[in-house]
Amino acid sequence: MRGYLARKTLVYGLTFVVAVTLNWLIPRLMPGDPVQRMVARAAVQHPETIASMTQYYERMFGLDLPIWQQYLNYWGSLFRGDLGTSVWLFPAPVSQVVLDAVPYTLGIMIPAILLSWVVGNSVGAMAARSRWLDNVALPVGYLVTAMPYMWLAILLAWGFGVALGWFPVAGGYDFGLVPQWSWSFAWDLLQHWVLPFLSLFLVALGGWAIGMRNLIIYELESDYANYLAALGAPKRLIRQYAFRNAMLPQITGLALQLGTILGGALVTEIVFAYPGLGKLVLSAIQNQDFFLLQGTLLFVVIGVLLANFIIDIVYVLVDPRTRTGLTGATA
Amino acid sequence: MTATQPVAGPGTEASDQPGVAGPTTSGRKPGGDVRETLYFALRNPKVLIGAVVVLGFLLLGLIGPAFLRYAPMDYAGPPMAPPSADFPFGTTTFGQDVFAQFVAGLRSTFLVGLLGGGVAAVIGMTIGFVAGYRGGLIDELLNMLTNVVLVIPGFVVLIIINAYLGVRSVPMQALYIGVFSWPWVARAVRSQTLSLRSRDFIDLARLSGVGVGTILRREVAPNMYSYLFMTFVLLFGGSILTAASLDFIGLGPTNAMSLGLMMNQAVQWSALHLGLWWWFIPPGLGITLIVGSLYIMNVGLDEVFNPKLREM
Repeated sequence: MRGYLARKTLVYGLTFVVAVTLNWLIPRLMPGDPVQRMVARAAVQHPETIASMTQYYERMFGLDLPIWQQYLNYWGSLFRGDLGTSVWLFPAPVSQVVLDAVPYTLGIMIPAILLSWVVGNSVGAMAARSRWLDNVALPVGYLVTAMPYMWLAILLAWGFGVALGWFPVAGGYDFGLVPQWSWSFAWDLLQHWVLPFLSLFLVALGGWAIGMRNLIIYELESDYANYLAALGAPKRLIRQYAFRNAMLPQITGLALQLGTILGGALVTEIVFAYPGLGKLVLSAIQNQDFFLLQGTLLFVVIGVLLANFIIDIVYVLVDPRTRTGLTGATA
Repeated sequence: MTATQPVAGPGTEASDQPGVAGPTTSGRKPGGDVRETLYFALRNPKVLIGAVVVLGFLLLGLIGPAFLRYAPMDYAGPPMAPPSADFPFGTTTFGQDVFAQFVAGLRSTFLVGLLGGGVAAVIGMTIGFVAGYRGGLIDELLNMLTNVVLVIPGFVVLIIINAYLGVRSVPMQALYIGVFSWPWVARAVRSQTLSLRSRDFIDLARLSGVGVGTILRREVAPNMYSYLFMTFVLLFGGSILTAASLDFIGLGPTNAMSLGLMMNQAVQWSALHLGLWWWFIPPGLGITLIVGSLYIMNVGLDEVFNPKLREM
């Protein structure tokens, strides 16, 4: 078990270094002089503004220093929690802007991921080897997984928001309200939360159901299932064992899918103008605010790594083989 | 999508793209396999339906532009017109022909799928084969690389790359998508190669003194052709979805039309609030049908290649 966790930690540590390095490197690969390009992109005319912006960016990038020093400085400021200053929301520090948006993203992502996983697994387990349900669930599941996240979001916003008028379609709360601890605000928050959550939930649902169905069928063909059946064990019992075994790949699948779901959450938020990280990414791109973009994305990477680590710990708790150092999960 | 591992049936051939009309590789000696696979593929409704839908869209994208009167960005007709005989998918707020955009978008979609899926397949398979066959230190290193790329949220890196480097052509976009979507392929191919490595016929090939590349190409890969083909189909669909998301964020190609870009513009110009459903439904529906058909086709292919799964 210790070896397993140590190996995982090594992978995540390495991944973090690679991600941060990419984040540092890519802007420096920009063709031409990045500072000049940034200033040009901001499209300001005043010579004084240009001069001060040039200076600002040069200091920010630390371009006058040797390249290894730039890299070390980047790490240094990262550990101090200093992600730079947002150009778009000047003079708010990027870390603050990101922290304000994180709760919204987590608020739709965590329930959507967990619920879709639980519901999808039970639907898939039920559908396996039941002809009628399988014939319905399988094609529907495949079509739902094939949907681009933002398209389902657009459909829901149009259907339930614009056409039926049941739910609001934009923002995290009513623009007339001020965030506060009150029932009316909480209710408003909830109403704005429903559609983004639902679209994320639905797209993820299909994949889990299909995965579980295939795994259960595979498990039911295995020797232990046949042996149990030969002993005359009730079908229910056999399926229960199959389900428990099929859970393990699904937990690994959850870790693998995090990045994809996260991308889905980002575009879903954009459709609903939901004030989470996705909206920040969009605003950062539209306003050419690269510090905000990098800060947000770095946050996302850290979040995915943390979530992966949590899933690994859950895996250790669920699969006894990893504890005793037998095969279990391959790192 | 969680890629479940279909068991590769030994003896199946790669050239049997089911549903593809036209000559398959003729003159091959053990033609029985191809013919048998084709026989089952053409009788599998999942494969047939999937292939017909995908090929239908491909055909529309390929020959459609020849019959269009307007370019995708032309201000062709009255603004916000619902579907009619003149404009089968209606027009945008600016009077652009939605159908013309859709057809042009299909081309980018297939291009991204083909290139992105192809790049990912080549990288993933190469790393998987080498890691699985060589083992030892090389395996450890490649495995580490695979795990690192697997955990990095590729979509995020793609956003940074596109935003900074201004990658704004469809092929470049596809290339970068491919570079970040290979890890699960490498894993799956590695584990299958691992199980093939100790077989007798591989030992025989090694004894005969041929190189590693030849063994991988001639002895290992043919046993996995069916699996590799199905992997490519999944990568194809995945690349399309990733590209659509990037385009939707506004990091799509600037010199071409794409289905994701259509949705981006529809939302940006408040097609939802104006009720212009003909603007945002076709692009998403097109992607869903193409990718969904690919997935369903894959289930069918699994049944074709793996006799155990065939319905009796």
